[in-house]
Amino acid sequence: MGSLPLFFRLVRASIGGQARYPASALMLTVGQFLGTGIEVVAVWALFHRFGEVQGWRIGEVALFYGLVNCVFALADALGRGFDVLGTEFLRTGAFDRLLLRPRPLTLQLMGNDFRISRAGRLLQGLAVVVFATQQAGIEWTATTVAIALFALAGGVALFLGILVLQGTLSFWTVESLEIANVLTYGGVQAAQYPLALYARWFRRVLTFVVPLACVAYYPALAILGKADPLGAPGWVGIVSPVTGFVFLAAAFGVWRLGLRRYASTGS
Amino acid sequence: MPHILVDHLLKTYRISERDPGVMGALRGLVQRRHRTVEALSGVSFELQRGELLGFIGPNGAGKSTTIKILAGILRPDGGRVEIDGRDPFADRERHVGRIGVVFGQRTQLWWDLPVGDGFDLLRDIYRVDPQRYRRTRDELVALLHLERVLDQPVRQLSLGQRMRAEIAAALLHEPDILFLDEPTIGLDAPSKLAVRDFVRRANRERGTTVLLTTHDMHDIEALAQRVIVIGHGRVLADSPVEALRAQVMAERRLVVDFAQGAALPAQVPGATVRARDGQTLVLDFDPSVTTAPALIARIAAEHAVEDIRLEGMAIEAVIARFYAMHGAAEA
Amino acid sequence: MKLRTLARPYIAAFTSRFLQMLQYRTAALAGFATQCWWGGIKVMVFAAFYGGTAIAGASAPMSLADAITYTWLAQGLLVLMPWLSDPEVAQAVRTGAVAYDRLRPVDAYALWFARSAGWVAARVLPRVALMAAFAAVALPLVGLGEWAWQLPASAIAGLAFLASTVLALLLSASMVMLLNVAATAALNERGISAVATPVVIVLSGNLLPLALLPDAWQTVLLIQPLAGLMDIPARLYFGQLGGWHAVAALGLQCFWIAVLVAAGRFAMGRTMRSLQIQGG
Repeated sequence: MGSLPLFFRLVRASIGGQARYPASALMLTVGQFLGTGIEVVAVWALFHRFGEVQGWRIGEVALFYGLVNCVFALADALGRGFDVLGTEFLRTGAFDRLLLRPRPLTLQLMGNDFRISRAGRLLQGLAVVVFATQQAGIEWTATTVAIALFALAGGVALFLGILVLQGTLSFWTVESLEIANVLTYGGVQAAQYPLALYARWFRRVLTFVVPLACVAYYPALAILGKADPLGAPGWVGIVSPVTGFVFLAAAFGVWRLGLRRYASTGS
Repeated sequence: MPHILVDHLLKTYRISERDPGVMGALRGLVQRRHRTVEALSGVSFELQRGELLGFIGPNGAGKSTTIKILAGILRPDGGRVEIDGRDPFADRERHVGRIGVVFGQRTQLWWDLPVGDGFDLLRDIYRVDPQRYRRTRDELVALLHLERVLDQPVRQLSLGQRMRAEIAAALLHEPDILFLDEPTIGLDAPSKLAVRDFVRRANRERGTTVLLTTHDMHDIEALAQRVIVIGHGRVLADSPVEALRAQVMAERRLVVDFAQGAALPAQVPGATVRARDGQTLVLDFDPSVTTAPALIARIAAEHAVEDIRLEGMAIEAVIARFYAMHGAAEA
Repeated sequence: MKLRTLARPYIAAFTSRFLQMLQYRTAALAGFATQCWWGGIKVMVFAAFYGGTAIAGASAPMSLADAITYTWLAQGLLVLMPWLSDPEVAQAVRTGAVAYDRLRPVDAYALWFARSAGWVAARVLPRVALMAAFAAVALPLVGLGEWAWQLPASAIAGLAFLASTVLALLLSASMVMLLNVAATAALNERGISAVATPVVIVLSGNLLPLALLPDAWQTVLLIQPLAGLMDIPARLYFGQLGGWHAVAALGLQCFWIAVLVAAGRFAMGRTMRSLQIQGG
């Protein structure tokens, strides 16, 4: 069985295992839907009270919000293996078992625990995108759909890269890696709003250090057909998601270093 | 060409040390102290195809490190490893496809999946031809009595059932080499016998090369033709089991049950009294000094005896004596 | 029995758990960085909304400075949010030790309550201290005073706030007790927690100050029990509730504490009885 079919096979096995406890899976999914959806309440309430923010209306902000949540839901489902690498694999010795299989490690980790509950966040994100379409009058042409899909792919690559880095960290330290949540959950929170709202130093961080802006802000602008208040040209949004892939590639480079370290210390 | 070649393996671990307490933790942030542990200081041996080797040693002697290096998980700091002419670490995917590993404490099967589903998934992971797989699986299921276990999730199995499923799982892809790391640990007697019987059969009938690490000396006695004793990262002995016993212990043991009411002797010339329990006396003697028949005759002539049993030195004692001789007690 | 003797086991239970949990300092530190980021983003978003329309800023029920302080307060007091049951209870259920609680000459509910309260309190203190150090001290020092955690409206407001926070702690403990009972009754505790968490976050004011939610909802929002966890203490802090209003607010917190404690005792009694029947 080739690598890609095996990946789907592993995902299917993972889902099968969760489906044995349907009540639990359902409640967790609903919990995720609500849990990730409460931010929507905050956004909505603020717009309800203030009408608009720096020239951005609710429909436009909703697009940013919905896109980012869809992206993270997918990346989170794929990347859980890296997320829990330290606690579930390294500390228990289960990582050795992965090494003993004649298959690439990354594949095994990505198919490891494909959580059904992440669909909660995905559904919530899609609902918000639908809302955005209606509110902001977005036209889904072939072009805009293509931009959105490319942005989605780049965004998933970016967040997956962050999760890979988080996993790589656990090769070096067994301490609590909660701080990495700043990048994942914090990243989602930051990218939910248009970049233009933030202070300049923060915008720089979000563009060049962890290029969240490239996979969310600029593509969304292109979809909305809105001019960037910060002055970037319109074509940026069409190509910028590529930085997500670059980030992922770099993350895997660091990952390989981590593997080398594991192979020589054995723990 | 030997199947497995190990030449002067070296492996050193750096363990960072930290003083206890808050001050220690703070100091640890600034300045890292290290302790080097030489896990392997030049281990060498060869295994031919189809051999069954027992690997024993006190905890911390380097057994697990050796297994991990042979499996391709760990990289040695020096020395050479060749399995089937290949470097296990450099060629990981190809190498691990041809070996099976059973870790006594951990399962490779999926916790929530029924055993049968887990087997099928392994078939796909190891790319086994479906027809061949069915044959192998059915054979393994029959030999290991797994029929009723197949549709139960792993989490519901008893330890004995899990171990048998584990061994089957390791053999589904018909590996050339089987590494067993403490496979009978925690098992009840029937399960231990089943596992030993099965491993012996796999080795004899299929010609699978087997490397077995264990603390259970009965595993060694039942299975191993050859034994390697490891201590302090070095090979202390590499010989057939009997030769090891002869090397360490010349003594044999005589257990005498005296008749009810008979007085037990305080001493027996030519033997040492090891234990006394009711009407039973346990004697150790050196057969090269006093032959067994001579000793038995002497005792029977002078006392009323109900039963006499002759035993070899228990292998635990042999090994313990061996460790002590080489200063290789638990690290 | 004298009151002090009567209360001894419960005070001891609280104190021992409190001291035990205080040791987990690294956990507090790790969460701290995440919370600073979180608070920072929220604050920037508030500033964007408020700054956009001067008119809206003036007519909003709270000023930007208050909204910012509220954000830092909420981060500091985050651990008060009762969305997890006490891990000690879960473990006692797993190991079967829960049976021993029936054998002790103390009120089981009160004992667990004391321990859960100690658990929450010991986790809140280091975090609130860290957050105060960052947002109330460090930020003004580096010249970012407008983004900082401001002082309470007055000394009395500050005192009222402290009293209210203590009540919030008790309120939180009473809610944690309900989760504890759920865990003991082997209900799908993780699922309940997953659904309860967003509800708690919104209705306590942790997500957004309740005052910023639509005006039409305000009455209901203030009366519901979760408001006492964060929003009521905050309003007292800003001096928005003076005189009798303040007393009423504190009374409201007490009312909900009493209701939830009664509910918890009832539920616990039934659960323990059924545990006995199972021979557990």
